[in-house]
Amino acid sequence: MWDYTDKVKEHFLNPRNVGEIENPDGVAEVGSMACGDALKLTFKLDENKRISDAKFKTFGCASAIASSSALTEIIKGMTVEEALKVTNQDIAKYLGGLPDEKMHCSVLGKQALEKAIENYQGAPPIEAGAKIICECFGVTDKEIERAVRENNLTTVEDVTNYTKAGGGCGLCHDAIAQIIEQVKAEPKKEEKPRLTNLQKIKLIEETIDREIRPSLRQDGGDIDIIDIIGDRVLVATRGACATCKAADITLKHFVEHRLREMVSPQITVEEVSK
Amino acid sequence: MKTVYLDNNATTKVAPEVIEVMMPYFSELYGNPSSMHTFGGQVGRKIQAAREQAAELLGANPEEIIFTSCGTESDNTAIRSALTTQPDKKHIIISRVEHPAIRALCAHLAPQGYRITELPVDKNGVLDLENLDKALTPDTAIVSLMWGNNETGVIFPVEEAAHLAHEKGVLFHTDAVQAAGKIPINMKNNVIDMLSISGHKLHAPKGIGVLYVRRGTKFAPFLIGGHQEKERRGGTENTAGIIGLGKACELAAGNLKKENEGVRRLRDKLERELLARIPQSRVNGDTANRLPNTTNISFEYIEGEAILLLMNELGICASSGSACTSGSLQPSHVLRAMGVPFTMAHGSVRFSLSVYNTEDEIDFVIDKMPAIIARLRAMSPFWNQEGQSCAAQ
Repeated sequence: MWDYTDKVKEHFLNPRNVGEIENPDGVAEVGSMACGDALKLTFKLDENKRISDAKFKTFGCASAIASSSALTEIIKGMTVEEALKVTNQDIAKYLGGLPDEKMHCSVLGKQALEKAIENYQGAPPIEAGAKIICECFGVTDKEIERAVRENNLTTVEDVTNYTKAGGGCGLCHDAIAQIIEQVKAEPKKEEKPRLTNLQKIKLIEETIDREIRPSLRQDGGDIDIIDIIGDRVLVATRGACATCKAADITLKHFVEHRLREMVSPQITVEEVSK
Repeated sequence: MKTVYLDNNATTKVAPEVIEVMMPYFSELYGNPSSMHTFGGQVGRKIQAAREQAAELLGANPEEIIFTSCGTESDNTAIRSALTTQPDKKHIIISRVEHPAIRALCAHLAPQGYRITELPVDKNGVLDLENLDKALTPDTAIVSLMWGNNETGVIFPVEEAAHLAHEKGVLFHTDAVQAAGKIPINMKNNVIDMLSISGHKLHAPKGIGVLYVRRGTKFAPFLIGGHQEKERRGGTENTAGIIGLGKACELAAGNLKKENEGVRRLRDKLERELLARIPQSRVNGDTANRLPNTTNISFEYIEGEAILLLMNELGICASSGSACTSGSLQPSHVLRAMGVPFTMAHGSVRFSLSVYNTEDEIDFVIDKMPAIIARLRAMSPFWNQEGQSCAAQ
């Protein structure tokens, strides 16, 4: 039995936005009945070019249906540019996570969204220069590359879980392994734009407010920013965190990790005396 | 919520009578059957009685019964014994629809220098014995074909197959885990050399199985250890399990008529009504030659896991051959071997009944299934495209 989160179950049993929009602005169909899941996504824009309505029809398992439902909820109210930034991880996160073997359901949602937006923008539906790697499930090199890059995949099995590629006859396993090596060898790009000091301070504050404080508070703890000097973030722990023996670990592995991810890889977090 | 259990090919409820006879062997009668003292020895006598009960169900002699831990152990023991006792023979014949206990073992053996032939089945899951005849070679060590298929219930002509194998001097094993207790088996009327059964498929507990080995068959044990089971299977006996299995075999022998009349009637009713009430549905497997408790039905345009989870919401338990239920990406190897299109295989549901199912339960399922299928089809992108609507709800 799959270990689905309550959110997955809830979206499976009460899916939002089932159906098809008439005269949609964007439409896409991805997957096939043969490969076990398929998704048709339609959306409509309002006068401000925001997605006013999105609907889906899905053939697939509980997590495929829940992922489609989550996707339509996530993109409503977004501009097309914002929607393009939605990743399969966002869909999985919205559902409180998906079992590894079911991550491809979230990827299917992401693919449908991209294709529907391409359809809206009038772009060619097939990615230029893409080559089919997995014949069984019709997965291209570009799709595999993207899944590997965005999810830090390291094994062929991972790739199969996320994209289905390699799940059939297995003839493409070597090709998939090559793609993983290629992506691994890519120089890590400086992803974050350079920030002014003020922007950086604001981003640190926002990240702590949005990403960090809520989970600390769940455990009865809290955190205050005392000062920000260059890349050093000086903090004081409060509540349960102040007396917790694991607070050091929380600061390093959670607070610092998250700030490095969201703000800059150079950030260090230090606790100042209480 | 009441549970309606229609997944008896996965496992079965332990019969209350079985639990009753087992209980003393967990508590006061904990002696080791191999001991010299009466306290242990009396358990040994009970094991002998259980051996006789198991032999009775199979029409076998008690000394032909070896107690094992499960069907998988029995299957592994049979194949490995055939290879060990005939070290010069490197060929194994099985079918494409065997249980993983056989298929995975053969896949494991292949890189060790064994050649595996997997016999095909037709679209109804039926085996053509001519293919077996053609596949037999002087190098063949053993043929292993299942008696009844766990997914479709299709029955293989194993008694005829055993004759064909013997004509070429080849050993024959059958996995009768699903067949035992559901159809009559009489080892006096066939030449099958080895046969596996599993306790938990016939209302005994999990963790107990039987390997039947015909008298005179060369045998090499799999578990090497003490002298238990006449040195054919080392390890202190699962006394409670063995005694429970004995009782379960006795009950199964008495229930054979009920299986083939009452259970068959309920299965047929379920199948008939679901096919009549749900459009675009069909049965997988040869309906003329099938275990009386099993039906495997495909509901097109939807996916099995989603069906099972909606059934689960109503307390109805069944299984599916869809890829999503297994964690793999391909639907059941049995349905694929039969050439069932992927589009049908993904939406397959296996219902497997037992003597404990009631008419009310079957009526409940017949009543609830059409809405479940309609609900998922309404979400499916393929349903309306086909120009069909969900009628007759």
